[in-house]
Amino acid sequence: MQIVSQLLFFAALAAAVFFFSRRAAGIRRNILQGRDIDLSDQPGRRWNNLLLLAFGQKKMFRNPLVAVLHFFVYAGFVIINLEILEIIIDGLAGTHRIFAPVLGPVYPVLIGCFEILAVLVAVSCAIFLVRRNILKLKRFISHDLDGWPRSDANYILITEIVLMLLFLTMNTADGVLQSRGAAHYTETGSFWVTGMFQPLFEGFSDSTLAGIERGAWWLHILGIFAFLNYLPWSKHLHIILAFPNAYFARLEPNGKMENMPAIQQEVLYAMQPELAPTDASAAEVPKFGAKDVHDLTWKNLLDAFSCTECGRCSAACPATQTGKALSPRLIMMKTRDRAEAAGRGETGKTLLRDYISEEELRACTSCGACVQECPVSINPLDIIFQMRRHLVMEESSAPQEWTLMFSNIENNMAPWKSSPDERDAWIHA
Amino acid sequence: MQIKTMAEYFAEGETPEVLFWVGCAGSIDQRSQKITRAFAEILTRTGTKFAVLGKEEACTGDPARRAGNEFLFQMMAYNNIQVLNNYGVKKIVTACPHCFNTLKNEYPELGGHYEVMHHTTFLQGLINEGRIKMKEGGSFKGKKITYHDSCYLGRANGIYEAPRAVLEALDAELVEMKRCGSRGMCCGAGGAQMFKEEEKGTTRVNFERGREAVDTGAEIIASNCPFCMTMLTDGVKETGKEDSVKVLDLAELIARDMQE
Repeated sequence: MQIVSQLLFFAALAAAVFFFSRRAAGIRRNILQGRDIDLSDQPGRRWNNLLLLAFGQKKMFRNPLVAVLHFFVYAGFVIINLEILEIIIDGLAGTHRIFAPVLGPVYPVLIGCFEILAVLVAVSCAIFLVRRNILKLKRFISHDLDGWPRSDANYILITEIVLMLLFLTMNTADGVLQSRGAAHYTETGSFWVTGMFQPLFEGFSDSTLAGIERGAWWLHILGIFAFLNYLPWSKHLHIILAFPNAYFARLEPNGKMENMPAIQQEVLYAMQPELAPTDASAAEVPKFGAKDVHDLTWKNLLDAFSCTECGRCSAACPATQTGKALSPRLIMMKTRDRAEAAGRGETGKTLLRDYISEEELRACTSCGACVQECPVSINPLDIIFQMRRHLVMEESSAPQEWTLMFSNIENNMAPWKSSPDERDAWIHA
Repeated sequence: MQIKTMAEYFAEGETPEVLFWVGCAGSIDQRSQKITRAFAEILTRTGTKFAVLGKEEACTGDPARRAGNEFLFQMMAYNNIQVLNNYGVKKIVTACPHCFNTLKNEYPELGGHYEVMHHTTFLQGLINEGRIKMKEGGSFKGKKITYHDSCYLGRANGIYEAPRAVLEALDAELVEMKRCGSRGMCCGAGGAQMFKEEEKGTTRVNFERGREAVDTGAEIIASNCPFCMTMLTDGVKETGKEDSVKVLDLAELIARDMQE
């Protein structure tokens, strides 16, 4: 009987790892559809960002109350993984609480800490559900999230609460069985949180308790395997990708736009023809700006897959706040959706127009609030700029006023209609 | 006002302390010209040896670049850098945060390396060095002033303290808007929006920001950017408070109350 359970566990673990890896490789492929960009410079500053922005969640603390709650969930997730390691070893080896004899008196302290964290995770998630569904915070009831994204968020929070409750139920039943000296239930001493709830289970027989304990144990670990595989299909993937995304975050001043060396070169040759290579006709004409995900960089696509749809960007965006079509969160969600679709082989569609409209791109004031607010180092502005470059340079598509502005700059050296000779008129006025 | 151009300094074989990059708005737009004159007056009165480029100055290319026209930007940058480098310019001050951002952050990789300052930082320096002294009991004493962070000085370049330090010299009461500092709300002009009609929405960005500024109860909205100036002035007008609430640039505020 024991061996059957071990084999079942092995099968479940192997399936979870297999399907997760397959999906992870798929996401990696989807991200690498983007064009190459070298982000290997300044490792010192990058590690610093990784520590501060990802591990330290620095930007979350712009709103300290939410940051603390989120930190509980994050710490719970990271630290409770130690417990999962024990569960996996137990499951494979057919042992029970294999770390207990090794760690001795430290063991119940450790589990006690996990239990406190589990309670904090469950409470925080419950508060998050309230914020989303009862308090209805503006950024959570926004139409950006209509349909699947809104359900996705709720499923994640509910699953996390259920997993924590299963963990606590398992420990409560285990504690009672230990106190009765039941076979296989290693004596560890009472746990901090579930110790208080043991009286609730005292009325049950040993076999009922063992059923509860085993049931909760299995549901907990199978739930975790299932969640692991839900993760990469959901916005919750940020718990993994926030780390590389912080490492590869842009290090230049926020106000600096990405240079286009190809155009810089071309202008140089136009101004100083003697520098131009003589076999210039052989050079292939590069594409300017981005029409589709393949024209964006892999960092732009990593951004898209790192987005957890929290909406801090859109809540700060002046265009979104004044009812324009643009929402930086949607820019990221649409980029991810198109990258997924392109990865599946969707043809005949492009990010521009089929996903993101010209109207959205035109509404951006380049104020940088979206970049400033994003806790996971996403840069929606960079995508908007690249798509604007495509519109203007590849399609000559610009509002009439912009076309006029361009010609004014070109002819009058100023964006307005004015004579260059008038430029110093203010001195004599 | 006697203002010399770079060419005039060059002809005399002299080098100014700093180049005042006026920018298109500061040169052409009537309202912004007042800011330009106020800042030039401060420079003159503090005995700062400065020059302007005059007719040789051209758009930095910022609005073209942000609208997506990289070719035009690169052309403007090429020509401006040629002019600046030919004069051997080392230090630039400008009253426009868009010019500031482009000159400081975007010209270096195109071959233009200068020490670039925004006029608010420059004013802070002049105040700290004691070159600007304010009148006792000046006209802003005790008055409520709110400060609007421009995006290209604030978030784009992380300059939040210098302009506030300059305002402190006025002995006024600084009241902050709800969205200020790195959370400051845009006026609506950046990213080349200044040069086109706003996309359709429920309201205009500058109406929203103008309302927020007026709601502080301040008599003066201090700005540091010619585009914010235009947008906020219209935003205040929309609230009907244009007679009691004035939008003024930091340079204008300082120029008004400086000791002779």
